[in-house]
Amino acid sequence: MRSREPPSHSSPKDQPGSALPLPSAIAAARLAGALSKLRGGGATSVPGVVLNRLRPDAISLLAKRLPQGSVVVSATNGKTTTSALAASILQRQGVSLVHNSAGANMPGGVAASLMQAAGRPARVGSHHKIARQLGLFEVDEAWLSPLVEQLSPSVVVLCNLFRDQLDRYGELDAIAERWQQTVTAGAGAKAQLLLNADDPLVADLGRHRDRVLYFGIEDDSVALQSLGHAADAKRCRSCGAAYVFDAVYLGHLGRYHCPSCGQRRPQPQVHASKIQLNGVESSSFTLTLPHGAVRVELPLPGLYNVYNALAAAALAGALQAQPQQIAAALGQSRAAFGRAELLTVDTRPLRIMLVKNPVGANEVLRTLALQQGQHDLLGILNDNVADGRDVSWIWDADFEALAGRVRHVICAGTRAQELALRLKYAGVPTSAIEVCEPIAAALAAAAANRPPAGQDQTLYALPTYTAMLQLRSLLVRRGAANGRWS
Amino acid sequence: MVVSDSNRTLRVCALYPDLLNIYADRGNLLMLELRCQWRGIRYQQTNCLLGEPLHSSQHDLIYIGGGQDRDQLLCARDLVQVKGDALRAAAEAGVVVLGICGGYQLLGRSYQLSPQQEIQGLGLLDAVTVRQPGPRLIGNVAIDINMDSASGVSWPGPPDRRSHPDSASPRLLAGFENHGGRTHLGPRQAPLGKVVRGFGNDGRSGFEGAVSGSVIGTYLHGPLLPKNAWFADWLIATALRIDPAQLAPLDDALEQQAHLAARRAAGVQ
Repeated sequence: MRSREPPSHSSPKDQPGSALPLPSAIAAARLAGALSKLRGGGATSVPGVVLNRLRPDAISLLAKRLPQGSVVVSATNGKTTTSALAASILQRQGVSLVHNSAGANMPGGVAASLMQAAGRPARVGSHHKIARQLGLFEVDEAWLSPLVEQLSPSVVVLCNLFRDQLDRYGELDAIAERWQQTVTAGAGAKAQLLLNADDPLVADLGRHRDRVLYFGIEDDSVALQSLGHAADAKRCRSCGAAYVFDAVYLGHLGRYHCPSCGQRRPQPQVHASKIQLNGVESSSFTLTLPHGAVRVELPLPGLYNVYNALAAAALAGALQAQPQQIAAALGQSRAAFGRAELLTVDTRPLRIMLVKNPVGANEVLRTLALQQGQHDLLGILNDNVADGRDVSWIWDADFEALAGRVRHVICAGTRAQELALRLKYAGVPTSAIEVCEPIAAALAAAAANRPPAGQDQTLYALPTYTAMLQLRSLLVRRGAANGRWS
Repeated sequence: MVVSDSNRTLRVCALYPDLLNIYADRGNLLMLELRCQWRGIRYQQTNCLLGEPLHSSQHDLIYIGGGQDRDQLLCARDLVQVKGDALRAAAEAGVVVLGICGGYQLLGRSYQLSPQQEIQGLGLLDAVTVRQPGPRLIGNVAIDINMDSASGVSWPGPPDRRSHPDSASPRLLAGFENHGGRTHLGPRQAPLGKVVRGFGNDGRSGFEGAVSGSVIGTYLHGPLLPKNAWFADWLIATALRIDPAQLAPLDDALEQQAHLAARRAAGVQ
C-alpha cells in the first residue's frame, strides 16, 4: 500500500485515444478488487491502483462529480487522526463524506475511495445527501503534488514535516520545495491553505500567497526546555541564520523568529491555549477560532493529538462549522486505527501507539512518561518498505524518557534485536528486556507476563506501521479488535 | 592483560552535531560514551559548531556525521576554512578522525554536486565524490574489512569465541547506506573494505569507504557502531592508543544479536 515510489509527473491528460470508457474501467477495477479480496489480499487500494492504470484521469473525473468538491490533509505525522477528527465533525454537520479513512493515502487509495462512492448515492440516499457530498482525503506527503493537481481541492491542510523514512522520502528540504511548488502553481494555487504556524517549514509555504489561515499552539506551559535532538528545520529558510525558539512545543514546532532577517512565526488565527494533558487518556484545551472560543475535552492523549484536533478544527471552521459543534464532535471522537487505540487482550487492556519516526515516537514516549508507574511494553520494529528499510531512526528517538519506567519489555518484529539494543543504551536494564521476533508469540508472551495484582495491567504496544497492521490483524482474528479495514 | 581504566579519558569532538546528524549519528556517539563509561573510562564530548575553532591537541577522536545537502554545504565551507588546518594537524598526530556519509565525503578532496558546483573537501582521504544522474544508492550493506595489507591498519584478532560465535568468519561491518554521491578513490587510496552486499563507494568498484592512517570514512550508517560493537571498541582503543585486547570485556549479548540481525538484513548469514 505504501510501497511505491513517489511519482514521476506524467500528466493525466496524456490519454491514449483507445482508453476504456470510465464506467467500464470502474467495473473492471471492482472485479480486480473482488478477486484480490478472494485471494486474501487486504489492501484497500487494489481496485484504485487498477483504475488508475486503466484511466489515469479517473481521480480528476470522479472528483469533479463531488458537489462540495474536495479537501486534502497532508503531514508527516497525524494525517490519519486529523482527517478522522475532521470527518467526525463534518459528519455531525450532515456532510456526506468520501474519505480514505483506512489510511490508504496514495493515488490507489484515493481512487478506490472515489470509485466506491461513485456507486453509492443511488443506493444510499436522498437528493439532499448527494448535494452535500464532500471528498476528504489524507494524502501521503510525497504524493501531494499530483493528487492536488487531480483533485483540485478547495482547501489544503498542511500540518508538519519531520524527518521520516529517509530511504523512501528523501530529505525534508526536498519535500518542502515540492510542497512550495504545489501550493503556488496549478490547482494548488487556487486552494485555501490551512497551515501550521508552529512548523517553520510549513509556515513558509504561505508567505507569498493569499488565502492562508494559520493554526498553532499558544501555551508556554506545555513548552519543552529546548529543541530536542530530532528537531530539524533549525535554520531560517530565507537567510540561513539559526532560528531563535522562544518556545518549543514538539520536534521543531514552536514559537520562533530569525534574529538575522526578522522572519518570524505567523500569528495563528486558530489556536489552542490552556492545554491540559492527562497521561495516556485524554487532553483538553481552549480552542480559539476566528468566530469564537470554546473548551474542548479531547478523548485522545498527548500534545500531538492537540495539534491534530487543532488542524481538524481549523478545517471544519473553514467549512463553516461553529465552535460549539466542533467542540461537541471532538469530545465524542475516537482514536484512529492503531493510534492510541485501546483494546483488550486476554483480559488485559492493550493500548496501541503507532511509532514510525523520531518525532512521532518522542511524543508517544513523552505521553507514556506522563502516565504514572512502571510500564509493560511490547515494542515491534519492522523494516519493511512501508516502515522504511532503514531503522536508524530509533537512535534519534528519545527512548531515554522510559529509563527507570519499564517493568518489562518484549521486543518483536524483523529488527527486534536493534530495538532491544536501543533500549539497553537508553538505560533500560537488560534484565527487563526480552527479544522475540515473531509478533504472535511476542504478543502471547507479553500478555502472559502480568504485573503483580493491584498494579496497572495495561500493556502498551509500540509498533511501526506494518507491525501495527500485523498486530491488529492478529487481534481481529482473536476477536479483540474490529476489522475496520473494509 | 586488562589495564586499569580509571585514569583514562576518551576525549571526543563531534563536529556540527546540530547539523550533521541526519542518519541518527547520535547512536554512534552514544555507543562510544556508554562503552567507555561501563569500563570506568571517562568520556568527554566537545561539540564544535559552525564558526568555532577546533583545537587539534585536545581530542582523541573527531566525529563528522551526515546532513541534508543545504546543511552539508554550510559545514563544508566552515570545515575547510575554519577547521581545516587543525584537522590536518590532528590526523598527522594520529587522532582518530571518523567521517560517516556526508562526513566521509567531506574528508575527501572534493564533492562535485553538478558540473557547475564543486565543494572543496579536506583532502585527508584521496577520494573524489561526484553526484551523478541516477538513483540514490540505498539499502542494507555489509563489508569485509579484513584488508590489513592494503590499508596498513591492523584490525584486532578474533575476539572471544564465547561472546562472538562468528569469530571464524571475516571481519564484517553491517549497516545501511543512502547516498546520491559516488565516491571514487585515488590509485593509492586504501578502501575501508570490500563490499559483500550493497553498493559501496560507487556501486561498481566493489569497495567501500576509505582509510588512511587514523582517518576513516564510510557510507555505513544505520547507525554504524550499534550494529558493530567490536568496531566501536576498536575505535576507542585506537583513540586511546592501547591494544583493543586491553579493554575490559562487556556483556555484549544484545550487541551481538543486533550485529547478526543487521548482517541478515543485508543478506549475509
